[in-house]
This record gives sequence, C-alpha cells and structure tokens, in this order.
Amino acid sequence: MKIKSQKDFYSGLLYTLVGAAFAYGATSYNIGTGARMGPGYFPLLLGSILAVIGAIILFKSLVVETPTGDEVGSWAWKPLFFIIAGNLLFGILLGGLPSIKFPAMGLIVAIYGTTLIVSMAGDTFKIKEVLILATILSVMSYLAFILLLKLQFPVWPTFISG
Amino acid sequence: MDLINNLSLGFGVAFTFQNLAYAFIGCLLGTLIGVLPGIGPVATIAMLLPATYALPPIAALIMLAGIYYGAQYGGSTTAILVNLPGESSSVVTVIDGYQMARKGRAGPALAAAGIGSFFAGCVGTLILAAFAAPLTEVAFKFGPAEYFSLMILGLIGAVVLASGSLLKAVGMIVLGLLTGLVGTDVNSGVARYSFDIPELTDGIGFITIAMGVFGYGEIIANLAKTEDKREVFTGKVTGLFPTKEDFRNMIPAILRGTALGSMLGILPGGGALLSAFAAYTIEKKTKLRPGEVPFGQGNIRGVAAPESANNAGSQTSFIPLLTLGIPPNAVMALMVGAMTIHNIQPGPQVMTSNPELFWGLIASMWIGNAMLIILNLPLIGMWIKLLTVPYRWLFPAIILFCAIGVYSTNNNTFDIWMVGAFGVIGYTFIKLGMEPAPLLLGFILGPMMEENLRRALLLSRGDWTVFVTRGLSASLLAAAVVLLIIVLLPSVKSKREEAFVED
Repeated sequence: MKIKSQKDFYSGLLYTLVGAAFAYGATSYNIGTGARMGPGYFPLLLGSILAVIGAIILFKSLVVETPTGDEVGSWAWKPLFFIIAGNLLFGILLGGLPSIKFPAMGLIVAIYGTTLIVSMAGDTFKIKEVLILATILSVMSYLAFILLLKLQFPVWPTFISG
Repeated sequence: MDLINNLSLGFGVAFTFQNLAYAFIGCLLGTLIGVLPGIGPVATIAMLLPATYALPPIAALIMLAGIYYGAQYGGSTTAILVNLPGESSSVVTVIDGYQMARKGRAGPALAAAGIGSFFAGCVGTLILAAFAAPLTEVAFKFGPAEYFSLMILGLIGAVVLASGSLLKAVGMIVLGLLTGLVGTDVNSGVARYSFDIPELTDGIGFITIAMGVFGYGEIIANLAKTEDKREVFTGKVTGLFPTKEDFRNMIPAILRGTALGSMLGILPGGGALLSAFAAYTIEKKTKLRPGEVPFGQGNIRGVAAPESANNAGSQTSFIPLLTLGIPPNAVMALMVGAMTIHNIQPGPQVMTSNPELFWGLIASMWIGNAMLIILNLPLIGMWIKLLTVPYRWLFPAIILFCAIGVYSTNNNTFDIWMVGAFGVIGYTFIKLGMEPAPLLLGFILGPMMEENLRRALLLSRGDWTVFVTRGLSASLLAAAVVLLIIVLLPSVKSKREEAFVED
C-alpha cells in the first residue's frame, strides 16, 4: 500500500507506539476502579486514547489522497547533531561526569566549549569570530548570572578552585 | 467601591521603586529576547524564567508579567519588520504589517501596534480587575466535576485553533497529559514511568520541555534552511509617528479590536489567537474610506485591530488563570509553572489568602503595558539594530542561555540531558507537522485533570454520569461539544484551513 501522507503516517505511528507504551506501562501499576482509581487508571485510559487517535491518523494517511504527498523531507542532521552535542557538552563541562570521574570544569570552560561546538551547526564557521563571541558571552554570563543574580554555579575548574 | 480599593491596594504594592524596577527590567529583557527572530513568547518566557528565581514572589510575578508583555510586543515587532510571526496570534498582523514595512511605513505600523496594545491593555486590566472578584465567587462553587469539564473545554478550545489537523492536535494534548503524569503519583506515592531514575520521580520539568521543544527544536529547524532563505530585515525605518489620517483610520479599529478581544479572551482556549483573527475579519468586512489602502497591501487598520484584540485577549485570558487556576493557553501554562516555583498555587484562594499579590499583579500588568509604550516607541531603532545581528552569532548565544537557564532551575545536569532529548523530540514534531503548543498545555493540566477526575468519581462512587448530571459541568461540556461541531462543519472547516495557509 502506498503512503498518501508521509507526515501523518509517521506521526500516527508515533502516537500509536507511544500511547501503547504508556498503556502497557500502566498495567504494571495498580489500576483500581473508577471510584477508587489506582495510579495506573488515568495513564491506561489516556494511553489507549492516544493509541486509537494514532491508529486513525495512520489509517487516514494511507487512504486519504493529498495533493503533495506531505513528504517529511530530509533531516537536518548537521544542526541537529551539533546543537545537541553542544548542549550535552555544556552539561559535562559544567558539572563533570562522576560516573567516569571527569572533573567539573566550571562555567567559563563550558561556555567556550559549547559556543565552539554549537557554532559548527551554522553554514559558516570562522574560528576567530566564534572565539570573540565566546569571550563576550563568558563575560556577560559571569556578570549577569554570577555577580547580579548570584546563581550557584561552579565557575572555575574544580582542580583550580579546589 | 471595592474595585477602587482593590486597585489602590494593588498600585500601592506595585508602585515601589523596587517593583517598578523589576517591571522595567522584565519589559526590557522580554522585548530584547522576544524581538529575536524565531523565538516566540513561550521560548522567551522559558528562557528568562530562571532570572526571577532569586526574587521574592511578588517581585518575581511582576517581572514575569513584564517579560510576558515585552515578549509579545517584541514578537509583533519581528512580525512586522521581518515577516516572521513568532507565535500564531501575530500571523494576521504580518499580512498588512509587513506590507507597510516594505513601503517604508514600518514606523507607523509599529506605533499602531504599540498604541493599540497599550489601549487594549488598559481596558483589559480594568475588566480583569472588575470581573476577578465575582468570578472567584463562582469558582468556589466549582466541584471536581466542574473543574474537569472546564479543563476539557479549555483543551478543546486550544486545539480548534491549532493550525493543521484537528486530530493531530488532540493527539498532542493527550501526549502532553501523559508526559505530565511522569513522576510520583500524589495519592499512592508510586513513581510512574520514572525508570528508577531519581530525578524523574519529581516529574519532568516544564522548563526543559518548553526550552527543548520551542527553543532547540525551532533553532534546528531554522538552521536547516539555507542562509538566503532565512528572512532578514534590510529596509530602513523612517518617520515613526503615524499621520493624522492614520489616526483617523486606526482609532475605530483599535476600539473594535479591544472590545472583541476582551470578550473572546475570557473563553478558555486560545482567546488571543481567536480574537486577532476575528478582529481582522471584521476590519476586512467594513467599507474602505476613500483613499484608503486596501487590505493585504498595508492598511494600518489591519495592524491596529488584531494587535489590540490580541493584547486585550491576552489580558483577559489571565481571568481564568487567576480565578480558577486553569491556564487557557501555552503561555499561561508557563505562568502557572512559574507561580508554582514561587510556591503560589494559582486559583480562587490566591485572592483571599494573598490580596497584595493578586492586586499587585493586576496593577503591575497595567504598569507593564505603560512601560512598554514608554520603552518601545523611542527604542524602536535599537530593536531594529538587533534584527540585523547575524543569525550565526545569535543561535549559539540562545542555546547557551537556554542551557544555563535549565541548569539553574535545579542545579542539576540531569535537566541538561533532558532538554537535549526534548530538542530532538521538538525537531521531530516540526518535521512531522505536529504543533507543540497543545503539548505544553496538556503537560501542565495532566496532573490537575487526573486529580479532579479522581475526586469527582470518588464522590459519585464511580458513576461517570456525574459530569452530565451536574448543571454547570454539563453546560461546560456542551460548550466543548458545540465548539467541536462548529469547527467540523464543512463551511467553517474550509475557512479554517484557508486561514492557516501561509502565503
């Protein structure tokens, strides 16, 4: 069978799977009755509804003709990767990773690292420009978040500040 | 006169140097971030929320109100100058606003939006103050069944206005409700869907969802377009002030828009969006005066009316939030989250238990509006400069501030992993044409809905008919059904789809 609307096909599939997963998960909790609802009652109800909605969307996407086919189009892997990687790097550098004994490097190092990686998501990447940007952002963040708002952040690497 | 007493109490609270300063900073920051292309009010508020953590509750709420107005006004500025509506309710402003900007009349367009918003905001604030007290009385009559039905109505109201497929939007709500259930169940203490991760037993943070889906997701989608496809502002803005002729056209439009917006905004569901659309349609129906520019080619009424309606509507949409504790749209859902962080549970009890806070907030809304017009009209040149900053400098800064903001919520890196995950999910939503706003609304309402359903059915001993046998609850559900029927009528359906077609 040919898919008539790609976007609807995949979103319907997503709803069905997620709904079913929630409903299945709900069965491991106490369901209870309407008058005495257990923790599983509401999620089971909602999960089933979502799965049904997904199934309807899925069915329609296979039957109802659309003029363009609603193609999902190509994924922007490059921005996706660098944005998410930069984000994760920020967490690792700022707080460290105790599970592999990676020490916390603090806010300033995290800002430089993140700006560097995230900038690679764009069309043009000029190292000099990015370094200037990172410096500006570091100074601004230090003034705004540490001095002005007094947020509790590790600012410098733990092996320096101790 | 209760109203005057209450308002003077409110202004007494808001008119301290400290609180005025917070309102000012809020407006400034809100506009600053809101004006950036591709950042809607939801993302703006989510980003700036951490800045209010350290403040006392009243100051924090006042600053948030400022951020909210700033973000909305900043959004209109971007819409008019760059043809990029940051949120659905400025979609109509774009039509005539951008045409005006292209003809070099961006100044009058921005002024019309500002003046219209200010006037509408003043009226909206008065209505809010006048209706809040009597509505709170009604709210105390609400039992769990009524609350549940009201939430159904609100959720239906929110999706009938979503662009694209209705069914998909309903799915998004249900998905949101389910995500809201993650974490410890208040009644049984069972940690649901937490996979033995201690951080998840507290539930998913709404900021991580808002920033991941609205911030990261949007940025990734934006970067996917090549540089020349991204809309940038190139024109020049000269002559800020509208002419006499402009004023003559604009004033009746502002009045009509305000009246419409104030009425529609009270409805749960996307009041601001609905009123903006309705106001534009009405303006289009009225006859053009001789020598007036046709609609769609830069008519100032096409900017003034929807902007006033939008602002009046967003003002009165605080009514269901403050009196009933039920957020009518995604932005208000964020405000609920923000209030909860400051240990305020929105609802009818706020007004009685905490009158300074309640009336102070209402007064500060007016102040926020006034700040906006003082701040924005003279500073418009600066906001325009901001629009010319290349995107390749902006997006790393936005990502960074999001990450810092998320981390500062709990000082826990786990939230950073979560926001990354929601970024991927958000981008997937965009690719599959799933609108994220209903998700956030459902997320906030999830636990509330479960609690009220549970209580209602406990009281009725498991009898589901309780929702239709109680008068108030039945009429709320009936209203929801009527809304659904209206949207599904073939004639309305085609019009609705037409209205959301981008051109």
